[in-house]
Amino acid sequence: MRVPLSWLREYVDIGDVPVDDLTERLTTAGLEVGGVEYIGVPGPPGAGHLVWDRDTIRVGRIEKVEPHPNADRLSLVTVDYGEQEPKTVVTGAPNVREGQMVAYARTGARVHNGYSEAREIVTLEPKKLRGVPSEGMVLSERELGLSDSHEGIMELPVDAPLGAPLQEYLGDIVLEIELTPNLGRAASIVGVAREVAALFERQARLPSMEVEAAGPPAGEAVRVESQVPGLNPRFVASLIRDVTIGPSPAWMQRRLTLAGMRPRNNVVDITNYVMLELGQPLHAFDYDVLVERARRGGAEVPTIITRLARRGESLVTLDDVERQLDMEDIVVTDTEGVLAIAGIMGGAESEVSGQTTSVLLEAASWDFITTRRSTMRHSLFSEASYRFTRGVHPAMALRGNQRATRLMVELCGGEAARDVVDFYPEPARPVVVELESRTVTRLLGVDLPPAEIAAYLERLEFQVERDGGRLTVTVPDHRLDVTIPADLVEEVARVYGLDALPGTLMADPLPPHQVDRTLIVEERIRDLLVAAGLTETISFSMTAPEREAALLPHQGGAQDVSEAGYVALSNPISQERRVMRRTLLASAMENLQTNLRHRERVSIFEIGLSYLPRDGEPLPQENRRLVIALTGPSEPLSWHTPESRAMDFFDAKGILDELARHLYLSERVTYEATGHPTLQPGRAATVCLDGRAIGTTGELHPLVRRANDLPEQRVALIDLDLDALIAATPENFKLSPVPRFPPVMQDLAVVVDETVPAHDVEQAIRGAGVEYLDQVLLFDVYRGRSIPEGKKSLAYSLRYLAPGRTLTDEEVAPHHAVIADTLRRQFGASIRGLDQ
Amino acid sequence: MIEELERLEKEALAALEQVESVQALDQWRSDYTGRKGQLSVVLRGMGKLPAEERPQVGARSNELKNVLEQAYEERRAALEAQALEAALAAEAIDVTLPGRPVAIGRMHPSSRTLREIYAAFADLGFQVYRARDVELDEYNFQLLNFPPNHPAREMQDSLYVKSPDQPEGAVLLRTHTSPGQIHAMREVVARAKAQGASDDDLPPVRIILPGMCYRNEQITVRSSVQFNQVEGLAVGRSITMADLKGTLYYFARRLFGPERQLRFRTSFFPFTEPSAEVDMDCIICGGTGCRLCKGTGWLEILGCGMVHPTVLSNGGYDPDIYSGFAFGMGPERIAMLKYGIEDFRYFWSNDLRFLEQFG
Repeated sequence: MRVPLSWLREYVDIGDVPVDDLTERLTTAGLEVGGVEYIGVPGPPGAGHLVWDRDTIRVGRIEKVEPHPNADRLSLVTVDYGEQEPKTVVTGAPNVREGQMVAYARTGARVHNGYSEAREIVTLEPKKLRGVPSEGMVLSERELGLSDSHEGIMELPVDAPLGAPLQEYLGDIVLEIELTPNLGRAASIVGVAREVAALFERQARLPSMEVEAAGPPAGEAVRVESQVPGLNPRFVASLIRDVTIGPSPAWMQRRLTLAGMRPRNNVVDITNYVMLELGQPLHAFDYDVLVERARRGGAEVPTIITRLARRGESLVTLDDVERQLDMEDIVVTDTEGVLAIAGIMGGAESEVSGQTTSVLLEAASWDFITTRRSTMRHSLFSEASYRFTRGVHPAMALRGNQRATRLMVELCGGEAARDVVDFYPEPARPVVVELESRTVTRLLGVDLPPAEIAAYLERLEFQVERDGGRLTVTVPDHRLDVTIPADLVEEVARVYGLDALPGTLMADPLPPHQVDRTLIVEERIRDLLVAAGLTETISFSMTAPEREAALLPHQGGAQDVSEAGYVALSNPISQERRVMRRTLLASAMENLQTNLRHRERVSIFEIGLSYLPRDGEPLPQENRRLVIALTGPSEPLSWHTPESRAMDFFDAKGILDELARHLYLSERVTYEATGHPTLQPGRAATVCLDGRAIGTTGELHPLVRRANDLPEQRVALIDLDLDALIAATPENFKLSPVPRFPPVMQDLAVVVDETVPAHDVEQAIRGAGVEYLDQVLLFDVYRGRSIPEGKKSLAYSLRYLAPGRTLTDEEVAPHHAVIADTLRRQFGASIRGLDQ
Repeated sequence: MIEELERLEKEALAALEQVESVQALDQWRSDYTGRKGQLSVVLRGMGKLPAEERPQVGARSNELKNVLEQAYEERRAALEAQALEAALAAEAIDVTLPGRPVAIGRMHPSSRTLREIYAAFADLGFQVYRARDVELDEYNFQLLNFPPNHPAREMQDSLYVKSPDQPEGAVLLRTHTSPGQIHAMREVVARAKAQGASDDDLPPVRIILPGMCYRNEQITVRSSVQFNQVEGLAVGRSITMADLKGTLYYFARRLFGPERQLRFRTSFFPFTEPSAEVDMDCIICGGTGCRLCKGTGWLEILGCGMVHPTVLSNGGYDPDIYSGFAFGMGPERIAMLKYGIEDFRYFWSNDLRFLEQFG
């Protein structure tokens, strides 16, 4: 909301308060000043706006207008600006005329260049225009930095004080205040004035609302009823006859403009002005139109009925758009149909026009939730709906109506009918809140005496009755936001100042230790992966089914882009992000794409959720997963490694092995060759934990690679159910003693069929049941010379250890032989060096 | 014969000076002191000498042998030193060539910052509590004192989930981590009650709630449809707003330096009352005004307040007995300030050229 200080000062004296103090105090009290606009007056250093010099830019009057002797389009203008000698100015302004009050700038004044929209500041030099010297300039709004208008000079009101520095007369400071939804009460100049008064210990003044009424009572000219008093607690109508529609006075137009509204005509301007001033939105109907409509229906006087819209009803609103109404919209109607969408926008037919002579002025209160829904439904955001959707107290309706009626009598030459029609079946009862002073202490942590608490509240116009530490507080009827003691505590804190509160550390006892183990293990995993050279990514959880279908291209996946099986959004920000991901692999593809555009080697991981809908459950299953992607040379490019090996399946598996070891799960994690549509056949494995599948690892299928626009290089992937892995991670582990006696090392090279998995051979070695065998390490896999076609040689280094003594080769030999025998029997293996 | 030995000594030592390699040195040794060497040849003539001269010649020849052996050792040591020096010289390298790169991974700056936040609050006894991403409107809004259609909901534009079995808008992506407040309080209360605790005897809560949050906002320099949030919640019998201030001061000074100042501004959140926004004095200009703080001298870092009585009740804590504070911040925002990151989109780019800049 825009608050011109010139307007604010009408209701509270703050002439002595520096602008910085004002903005700081308002901001810390919750009325955040998001910006300060300086108009013609000096601002803080670096503000960069145009300052109207007090001496050189003044209010002037055009004394004489004569044609320029040498140019048809220019005129010579004599300007009185309060000094003895008037000045002669050459101007091309088309709207210049004698007697006009203007802004005059003498030679030497600094103004904006009127011929440029760049708002550059120029200094007026003495110059001649077509041979006639021009002493300064009569200014346009653009030259004053007020607007971009440069069609003519700016005309000042006739009562502008001749010779006064323009800065004094028209200069201003406008605060831009950002209001949180609870601050509906401050969505007006008077509302802000009340806050300022409370914060600076001043007295706020209200504008006059007294109406000098004449003529027959309004109740004889209009009837008001409501079918929905719950949604329309109050409807106040007054009638102003014999108004003359015309422009509103300059001061009012100026204030409306500064506050961000466009002046229309005096009646409409008054409704807007009072809304800005008091916060009560108003609507003016052309009364004669209402009467005409009533007569069509055979009635003498119009009857205003508020109700919900009926099926099929529509209304052409002020902006000439025909709007279909919803049965939840509250509408203002008469016997002939809808006149306005309540609290949001009026209809075109009953709008005040140049021919209007009588005005029916509505000031009502509406249910803020229903109004908000209608605002959203029709996308009609107006100054009125801004206020109604934040809540306006019904008490404000009469005040707003009376203030506007008074102004219409004063400024439109109208005559107000006696009395108002006030439909208010259940007047709002004052809200009374009991507050114990110790509640303030308990919540704020500072011991405030009851009298001090009462004083703070009274500054905000609360009425307080005090009985020891017990305060009975009546909430003023311009507020709807205070209903419970905690609300009052906030009010006390605002006036007391949060900055004055001490900062303490909690004296409350610590809660019992309840640690989130999943996070602890997750963080361990994150550390390990970073140590293994992987960089962490964090991707959007939202994706498109097409993107995940691109993981299954050879299954015709790209065609199958239905949202079935997805957690789908009903209002996504884009089609690209319309469902929640089912897999992190598609995120990995995106991240590979991003990075492979500018590098060859990428090794990344991501820990995040996948989302799977569950039948009969409102909420999906959220599964924490780990995805790893490796591609490019095994070592970063440097002069040392011109030809580095490309990362593949075993790089991924190495990380998995290390991860399993790290979590003390080595013994329980196994791999089985598998087929997976995303992965290259023959280079993919299921990762099992205790024999149960918890993920997949393998190399990306070349077709998937292509479908994801990745370059032709191997990509090794891991996709794991992290929840399962974490759940299985033991809390503690047992250290083995470090052997003190030397081991016996024996190598064993076994020739087996190609089809025999290495894992089976190793299991057989370990399972042979021999004593002293401590470690089995596969150190070579060999095919080729001296190995028959279809066979491979697996070479193991076996370590034997005896606790507490040194083993000898002789002792080990029989055990070693048992292992060899087992392998021969189980796999038909031959032992190199023994059997060959 | 003595002269013969004298001559031999001179010759041998002269020859030794010409020796430049270990091989030549061994040759020299066999030439002079070896079994078939010159010294042996000379001594072979000893038998022909008169008996009285023999001891003298013998002594002299022993002496000569010692001299030559010693000269040999010295020469050998010198040659070996030379050879080593030459060998090492041959291995000299250009020390200005780059080292072998170590493939180091990096944590995402959001994860990093989350850890810093956990650590700071762990000092004050806060434990981490995690909750789900897809939530019910009930938990995300209603139980947190956002009535349906309340204008406060406009502050947090939601992304709704299509759920055929549920009323429109019943399921959404959480817009903040606050639903975790209700989950956590209810868990603690249920556990305590299962162990026989009464309503006025409930254990305190002190938790940090991290998590991904979602809002219907476009992805720009300053905002994103998805972002991390961290909330803190402390509930107990004596938790005050002054405690909230002290806690946040501790946090700000720990992360951003011991001189940091905070400014508390009253604000509005439906789930706290009183509510406040917290600004920190600008870490670049220290409060005098610069581009980062847009000339205000302050940087907005978090929102906070005393837990609203309705929220306490919904969590199972009687607001007449217990009080609590809550605060919430964006770790990305904290990271932006801490590392001078100017564009929110970097956090979601997953561009290694960004991620690898974090040491």
